[in-house]
Amino acid sequence: MLVYNFALMKRCIHALAAISAVAMLIAPLAAQQHTYSPADIAAGKELFTVQCQPCHGPNGDLVAGIDMRKGEFKRVSTDEEISRIILNGAPGTGMPPFSLPEASRTALVAYIRSLHDSGARATTAGDAQRGREIFEGKGECLNCHRVDGKGSRKGPDLSDIGAIRNTAALEHSILDPADAIAPQQRMVHAVTKNGTAINGMRLNEDTHTVQLIDENGRLVSLVKADLREYTLLKTTPMPAYRGKLTPQEIGDLVSYLTSLKGLP
Amino acid sequence: MKFLMLSLLAAATLPAQVSNDRLLHPDREPQNWLTYSGSYSSQRYSLLDQITPQNVKNLEVQWVFQARSLEKFETTPLVVDGVMYIVEAPNHVFALDARTGRAFWDYDYRPSRDARPCCGSVNRGVAILGDTLFMGTLDARLLAIDAKSGRPLWKTEIADPKLGYTITHAPLVVKNKVIVGVAGGEYGIRGFIAAYDAATGKEAWKFYTIPGPGEAGHESWSADSWAHGGVPAWLSGSYDPELNLVYWGTGNPGPDFNGDLRAGDNLYADSAVALDADTGKLKWYFQFTPHDEYDYDAVQIPVLVDGTWKGTPRKMLMWANRNGYFYVLDRATGKFLSGAPFTKLNWSTGLDEAGRPMRNSSAEPNAQGVTIFPNLFGGTNWYSPSYSPRTHLFYIPSWQDSSMTLGKVSGDFSPGQRYMGGTIRPGGVPTKRGAENTPVENTNYGAILAMDPATGQPKWQFKMSDLTASGVLTTASDLLFAGGREGYFYALDARTGAELWKAPLGGSEEAAPITYRVGDKQYVSIAAGHALFTFALRN
Repeated sequence: MLVYNFALMKRCIHALAAISAVAMLIAPLAAQQHTYSPADIAAGKELFTVQCQPCHGPNGDLVAGIDMRKGEFKRVSTDEEISRIILNGAPGTGMPPFSLPEASRTALVAYIRSLHDSGARATTAGDAQRGREIFEGKGECLNCHRVDGKGSRKGPDLSDIGAIRNTAALEHSILDPADAIAPQQRMVHAVTKNGTAINGMRLNEDTHTVQLIDENGRLVSLVKADLREYTLLKTTPMPAYRGKLTPQEIGDLVSYLTSLKGLP
Repeated sequence: MKFLMLSLLAAATLPAQVSNDRLLHPDREPQNWLTYSGSYSSQRYSLLDQITPQNVKNLEVQWVFQARSLEKFETTPLVVDGVMYIVEAPNHVFALDARTGRAFWDYDYRPSRDARPCCGSVNRGVAILGDTLFMGTLDARLLAIDAKSGRPLWKTEIADPKLGYTITHAPLVVKNKVIVGVAGGEYGIRGFIAAYDAATGKEAWKFYTIPGPGEAGHESWSADSWAHGGVPAWLSGSYDPELNLVYWGTGNPGPDFNGDLRAGDNLYADSAVALDADTGKLKWYFQFTPHDEYDYDAVQIPVLVDGTWKGTPRKMLMWANRNGYFYVLDRATGKFLSGAPFTKLNWSTGLDEAGRPMRNSSAEPNAQGVTIFPNLFGGTNWYSPSYSPRTHLFYIPSWQDSSMTLGKVSGDFSPGQRYMGGTIRPGGVPTKRGAENTPVENTNYGAILAMDPATGQPKWQFKMSDLTASGVLTTASDLLFAGGREGYFYALDARTGAELWKAPLGGSEEAAPITYRVGDKQYVSIAAGHALFTFALRN
């Protein structure tokens, strides 16, 4: 049984790097040889969305035989092999070559590796039931989040967060939410020409309009020409829990979130 | 007192959920379209009147939603307080801003590959209660979805898709229950209509459309034919809150074209059934086509009309049937009031006093083949009709002069396999025309019929060169909207049938139009081809 080494993590500059280091020890299906920084992963995510997602899907599981969340690949295993297949493609398949510089390929590998949930680590590190109590009680997470129809709609619904985020990403979001906010979860502040202020989470946007869910849980669509003020906030209203919860409580919370897999 | 005031303030700022009371009174909020057929009476009549016969020529496209799927786009949208909910094939739900067409969220449920729909991987829409949407899926699941986020809340397995069960229609919400039926009449299923608790998805009641051993009507099936006799229910029903009855149409017995394998009337195939909304218990039934051998599903939208019949106030049920007859029934009792053909038919020589069709002995299916009017697609089909309480006319999207050559074959039942009992050759001309759309003389054609229920005669007919699979909408300004296979979307004068406006949308309308209002603007939407088009008056 693996034990979650929170002391080790605290010593590291980035929580994520520590999790990746632990991940190395448990030998996933396709082994990751390197650790990557959150900046690598973030850059990789942007590239992935544009270059890879159209075929592989947002979770990297749309091409038959490949499931990046499970670390399953058809032709590659090592980080170098992933980088090489991005560069050269896989002749005879739908995988085309991408002439990306090495730094970009490294970032993509970092993100692809970050998709991989390497198994039971978090659930053994913490107690999901205790984590749920923290989530619904002391952590006051339901004030903004929603799980299985319970809670607020101000922030992202987390009913299946354990199926789409690995433990490292979850940990990171709790400890340093400002650093982990996803583009689709940006908060919007708008004021209409007649002075009505609207705050909410952006769901969609184009040149002329923006769609959001406001603080009262209403789906709102705004025409930008009707606004006198429109701000896309780069900050998050989510508090950082670093130092507010004990390492054990963080572990419990991550275990609970990891257990949320949505409907089967 | 202070607490009460605070509560009221909170309630005023909370988003209004779609309560049962709102579903019961759609006339109080004509800006919305809260159920598949616009109201529990399913008249598809809107009180909105900003668009009129005089200004309809000024309609222009406001926005277009392009579907990703190239399957038929049969969705009828719901609109709730400015948010439109649609489904593209097979089970991909979108919440759109009804004013701009921009998406708030989407949820792409991927049905199991075990699903084997007979006639397209389609879906016709969702139902709503509170903040929850309900969708039947191609793999025979019922899904509850958070209307604000698109997140699935619960999923109930309704039936086994490997045996041919699917769900393609929009569920009907009544009180705290979600009611659905199943498709699969070509696969030897045993059909049913069932209700599920809206909060949990737990089954509340189930009405088998084929009575089991010991139940009344079971004797109408020979030997064990009842066990795989089909009788699906693949379209939404209607509801009368005063009588607390749910009305639903049932489909064909199986095998479709060989009745020798199922001697008897085959209850409750091709019937209107009236079910207690709380228990699912059968209150009455009316069988339109006993011992059907033509695939004449009574899978049409039951339309509820209150009025006078021969001088007496009646709660009526009006029904343009696939078998070619237009019926008026008393919906409290199921009593037959009248019936008249609205298209050419030869399988029957008329209806008796109780409304039972008299069969034409020279039009019985045989191995050599026999010509039957109308063809298996019927005088009409699942395409939603409309009734206007202003014109007192019932508008039927109809097929005229369609026929088929029907050859009876035998066949053994095998679970999950096609179980048809016949071969079909559409009569005379193909039912679908080529790219050149060259009409052939003496061919079948589509028409909107304005049926006068009092006389059983059409008051007017709007004839199209090609056939139609489009539903109909009428409004308080006496406009009628409908489409056809040629892709024209029409506005007609509901009183005269005169063409007032048309838009060539480049693809067949295989869905029903709706109308709604956001702010001070009335909109009209229809799916055509692989896109949903929304119109409003030019500013």
